[in-house]
Amino acid sequence: MATESVEIANESKKKITVSSLIGRFGALFGLLFLVIFLSITSDVFLGGSNLSNIARQATVNAFLSVGMLLAIITAGIDLSVGSVLALSMCTLGILVIKMGVNPYLAMLACLAMGTFFGWINGLLLTKLHLPHPFIATLGTMNIARGLALIITDSSPVSGFDRAGAPEVLTLGAGSVGPIPVAFIAVFAVYIMFHILLTRTPFGRHIYAVGGNVSAARLSGINVSRTLMTVYSLSGFMAGLAALMLAGRTNSGFPNAGAGYETDAIAAVIIGGASFSGGSGTIGGTAIGVLLIAVLRNGLVLLNVPTEWQTVAIGLVIIGAVSIDMLRHRAQ
Amino acid sequence: MVDNSNTIKTEEADGFLRLVGISKSFPGVKALNNVHLNVRKGEVHGLVGENGAGKSTLMKILSGAYIKDEGEIYWQGEKVEITKPKDSEELGIAIIYQEFNLVPQLSISENIWLGREPLANKALQLIDWTEMHKRTQQLLDDLDLDFDPKRPVAGLGVASQQMVEIAKALSLNAKLLIMDEPTSALSKNEIDQLFSVIQSLKEKDVSIIYISHHLEEVFEICDRGTVLRDGNFVATIDPKQTSKNELIQLMVGRTLDQQYPKVKAERGEEVMRVEHLSRKGVLSDISFSAYAGEILGISGLVGSGRTELVKAIFGADPIDSGKIFIYGKEVKITSPQSAIAAGMGLLPEDRKYEGLVLKLSVKQNVSMASLGKLLKRGMLQLNIEKSKVLDFIDKLRILTPSIEKEVQNLSGGNQQKVVLAKWLASQSRILIFDEPTRGIDVGAKVEVYNLMNELVKNGVAVIMVSSEMPEILGMSDRILVIHQGELASILNCEEATQEKILSAAMGVN
Repeated sequence: MATESVEIANESKKKITVSSLIGRFGALFGLLFLVIFLSITSDVFLGGSNLSNIARQATVNAFLSVGMLLAIITAGIDLSVGSVLALSMCTLGILVIKMGVNPYLAMLACLAMGTFFGWINGLLLTKLHLPHPFIATLGTMNIARGLALIITDSSPVSGFDRAGAPEVLTLGAGSVGPIPVAFIAVFAVYIMFHILLTRTPFGRHIYAVGGNVSAARLSGINVSRTLMTVYSLSGFMAGLAALMLAGRTNSGFPNAGAGYETDAIAAVIIGGASFSGGSGTIGGTAIGVLLIAVLRNGLVLLNVPTEWQTVAIGLVIIGAVSIDMLRHRAQ
Repeated sequence: MVDNSNTIKTEEADGFLRLVGISKSFPGVKALNNVHLNVRKGEVHGLVGENGAGKSTLMKILSGAYIKDEGEIYWQGEKVEITKPKDSEELGIAIIYQEFNLVPQLSISENIWLGREPLANKALQLIDWTEMHKRTQQLLDDLDLDFDPKRPVAGLGVASQQMVEIAKALSLNAKLLIMDEPTSALSKNEIDQLFSVIQSLKEKDVSIIYISHHLEEVFEICDRGTVLRDGNFVATIDPKQTSKNELIQLMVGRTLDQQYPKVKAERGEEVMRVEHLSRKGVLSDISFSAYAGEILGISGLVGSGRTELVKAIFGADPIDSGKIFIYGKEVKITSPQSAIAAGMGLLPEDRKYEGLVLKLSVKQNVSMASLGKLLKRGMLQLNIEKSKVLDFIDKLRILTPSIEKEVQNLSGGNQQKVVLAKWLASQSRILIFDEPTRGIDVGAKVEVYNLMNELVKNGVAVIMVSSEMPEILGMSDRILVIHQGELASILNCEEATQEKILSAAMGVN
């Protein structure tokens, strides 16, 4: 009996190696393939200005995807990130440009607004017991968007520099030597979250809650607190992304971030996380974010019309989830 | 040794279903090797063997889920090939799985005729509801079941849902019914009801292949039985001429002198005292103590409140009133966290859904409840974690190729050991085992019992909930009997007998 169990274990080990190859490195292969393909077909792709353009485009999604990753590991989702980004950004714009509030205070308020909405999402889940985060965050997604339109009278608030607050631009547009501040911020955030997920009890709790809520609870994990923290962090990341976008565009506009949740979800899923919860990594998400950014950039370089770019992103999402499903079936 | 006269020759040709020399391999494993099975018309044929013996693989070949590598299948004397589920269904083979395939929101009728509803109008695809309910009523009457065909399946108990599955199989004109662990979620009464349905199926000349871990059931209901071990055919037996020990020996290939290797440890101090624990409608005024070095068995009928009692103690279910003292000091238990902090650990009845996070690794599961002990400046010390987990794998003899292996790939016995390791890692002094050996094969059961012996020897207080009477009698030092949420009796192991426990459990004085 003993030898038999070992054999069975070995058998499943083999299976997992093949399928986890696809799972772990599929996105990386996809990214490499895209990069090589675009280097050959486009003269400008590898140019310095285009590469830094890609990176800039990627930063906002990079932040949103981290929050989305945490939500998806807990077997949840956060649809509100795009709208919360808009509301935080508009809050920043109005405080600084219309009311002349100290820019540092306003930036704090921007982060606080994002975190507050995330906290509300967590509260709806854990205290009101809404059946799935899809519902809760679909609700707050509309609430945040509506509020952003209301406080701005539906029109953008522009000109942080003219309002005497160039500090606001630092994060989105500034650079240290040749390196944009945004890169450094993304890099720091990714390292921090990698450590958080792999080296802290909180990280372990997230995976446990996503993998099996009952077992997590009976192992003494505070499920409510874990979920509250996850959604608050996701809101905070939306606030951070808002700072980034406000800096880059020198404004706050109420239609910002529309559809960004799709890109974030796509990046996380392409990065190997599973909708059924309990799995997903920061490294995978980073690759997912880059893949989407390169894909969007490449489609522009290849003169693909915007409408077809959207179709392409949709196809990539379906492709990535199909691979996820195949992997599950293989197991 | 087994007397050879007990084993019936398999070459007989009168079989209703005859499997000859079936083999099936998966990469790296020979799951079935030259297996025979011969089922007669109208017979209940038991299929027994430890986990991994090849029972499920054989049944999956019969149902068309797997394709055999070698061997022949004869159905009513004719050679047939089963390559897809449709083939099996057309022959008249139906399987009742442990997990049912019913749509809760739909009615009994709709579930039975799903996808092949009788039509009133073919062109418009209109369902003939009167006809459908009439046919369902007929099926239910045949099985002596008092259900309204129009009622939704949701809200039916497990046993009733199983009956609906059986009715569904009969609606397909099944001539051979395969039942996979049909009693695993049933109470004693429900089992009796199932057995009488099986009897009436026999009278209708339906053959049944009955897969069960419970040997008592095999002896009670089966006409004959086939034993598999490690993918090999061992013997076909006549239960009337075979003893339980002989059957176990055939299954495990060795004698188990003792199924319950109880070692008495010295009873130490009182570790936990429960006073007047109550929860409206579930538990009323329960008081007892648990001691170091003792296994406290908790017995009672299904639904008596056994599991609810330990869940309440563990803080997983709320209580209305009552106090819990740990080492003489009152402790407020309001959540599993506070219970764990007080030194408790729970090995739940449903390992897969409550005890483990199946898709996480052995390592992550083992350290899940003791992450706080691995912290240094807010960070987990992964090296220390690794060596601790390896230590437990070694000590508990957990069979796993690596600590990074997902728990879902381990066998039931090894999964149970992972849950135990989780609580040993958090240094629990009170371990609550709820149905510790459910779904675990005979050999691994003994290992679990030996681990319990070792725990009490080291001064741990063990509380063991079990619905298996021999297990309660074989392993407990004292036995708590629950009847309808009340403490019916506390018995010492010397005075306890099956009759005493049963009469207390049924509220008879």
